Amino acid sequence: MNTPAPLQSIPSDSAGIVLEARNVVKRYGHMIALDGVDFELRAGEILAVVGDNGAGKSTLIKALTGAVHPDSGEILLDGEPVHFKGPLDARHRGIETVYQDLAVAPALDIASNLFLGRELRRPGIMGSVFRHLDKKRMRQEAERSMAELKFRLPSITNAVEALSGGQRQGVAVARAALFARKLVIMDEPTAALGVRETGQVLELIRAIRDRGLPVVLISHNMPNVFELADRIHIMRLGRRAAVVSPKTHSMGDVVAIMTGAARVEEDRDLGA
Amino acid sequence: MSAVPVSPPEKTSGVVAKIIGVPSVGPLLVLLAFGLIFAITNPRFLATHNLSIILQQTVIIGTLAIGQTLVILTAGIDLAVGAICVLGTIIAGKLVTSGYDPVLSMAFAVLVCTAAGFAAGGLISGLRLPPFIVTLGILGILTAALRLISAGGAFPVRDEFLGWTGNTLRLGGFILTYGVLLMFVLYALVWYLLNETKWGRHVYAIGNSPEAARLVGIPVRRHLLSVYLLAGFIYGIGAWLALGRIPNADPNALQTANLDSITAVVIGGTSLFGGRGGLIGTLIGALIVGVLRNGLTLAGIDPLWQDLVTGILVIVAVALDQLSRRKG
Repeated sequence: MNTPAPLQSIPSDSAGIVLEARNVVKRYGHMIALDGVDFELRAGEILAVVGDNGAGKSTLIKALTGAVHPDSGEILLDGEPVHFKGPLDARHRGIETVYQDLAVAPALDIASNLFLGRELRRPGIMGSVFRHLDKKRMRQEAERSMAELKFRLPSITNAVEALSGGQRQGVAVARAALFARKLVIMDEPTAALGVRETGQVLELIRAIRDRGLPVVLISHNMPNVFELADRIHIMRLGRRAAVVSPKTHSMGDVVAIMTGAARVEEDRDLGA
Repeated sequence: MSAVPVSPPEKTSGVVAKIIGVPSVGPLLVLLAFGLIFAITNPRFLATHNLSIILQQTVIIGTLAIGQTLVILTAGIDLAVGAICVLGTIIAGKLVTSGYDPVLSMAFAVLVCTAAGFAAGGLISGLRLPPFIVTLGILGILTAALRLISAGGAFPVRDEFLGWTGNTLRLGGFILTYGVLLMFVLYALVWYLLNETKWGRHVYAIGNSPEAARLVGIPVRRHLLSVYLLAGFIYGIGAWLALGRIPNADPNALQTANLDSITAVVIGGTSLFGGRGGLIGTLIGALIVGVLRNGLTLAGIDPLWQDLVTGILVIVAVALDQLSRRKG
């Protein structure tokens, strides 16, 4: 493998950083999952997070979404230090996560799935006293957000089980887009999908970015990463090995950094 | 907008279908088919007097089946329905015969039934035990305990209030009891909860995919607990209805309540795998069981055959559910 040495990291720029991690450490017994990792997501970008198995990708994402509490280090949302008590806490702060295993209720219709856990109630006494759901408004909102994302679906009243795998994952992605105020995290969103279906979901992720929501994309699929990402955050041994641009670096470069075959010059701008 | 408002689990179009719900059409046809067979073989079957009796006979199972539907929608099963209901009749009966105020006695009995539901729900959601085992255990415990309390025997319960649900009123040519009306009120209330509120939506979601429900932030365990609690309360109301039908507290009563209520639910189109179905189907299912037992009785057939036919019916209904899922 030819590796143009030395690889340069993209210099960081503190303006417009939506989500940031500084020197985060997480240990499980003697195992160090995160060894002082830094992370930054900028406004309006798709940031891919790649790394070999055990490099600390999932622990990093769990720390960012409150599923794991770091032993030390800082996490900042819009420049403000945050301590998420759990994934729900992160959601309340505007961070939505999409998982690889299609997290939808198959027998419920599309609109119900979009609003699952965040159902709208009717205005007035019907809603406040009788807890009456506002199905019409939920359907209209669902149709509006699907149209905004240019995601084609059969009728919004169809059960999700009648959809293809790609469309189902599309529903999960659209749900995240509908409710995320700050950013969306996608954990291997296309791992369970075929090639054509993956294409549909990639389109959707791009549409979310184009609406102004930054996206963190965790993926093993290098071609997908290079197709979508504005920047690529590479994890190695519990740390950030580099952040590179798909425009200036090849897949070979990224794999080389991931595996340690290529070293990245310590960049003064990188992290702390 | 061309779409018509629909309840979540049912794919429907049109006003009539919205009211009935497409999945309930199958059970409705089965009900009509049984009705037709019995009407042809016995002219007395369709007399308003007999139809009134069918409704009155359906009251207990119809009511217990509401709770059973809620539990089955969460992919659980309740084998203690009959035992909890009998517990209610014996507690209310014992208290009243000991001279306590009948209203308070009945209220206390309903409370105990609710607590029994709470206990089942707590074991299932808290310790994550399978509903099948928990409710089977409660069935065993209650069956033995009730025989011990009542020293093995049934005793009469003569009280104005406890028997109130058996009082009749005329409606057209029909003779209904207050119990029948109370059952319909319960169906309407729980139908509203299931179809028009967030609580009901989450019952379906949990039965469908507990993992997805958890990921979107639904407190799955607490929700399951509330389902078993409400089911227990409904069984308690069932105890009041049972005392209205037969003014007798009998520890050996309602032996077929498990089979009948589960049959009503699954014939009504609710899936044993959870997350699909609904209450309208259950009401039709309960009527099918009622019509079947009544029709066979009118034909002079041994009651044991009724259990046998009900048993076949429940297996056929589950097989159809299984097959339709494999196709889908």
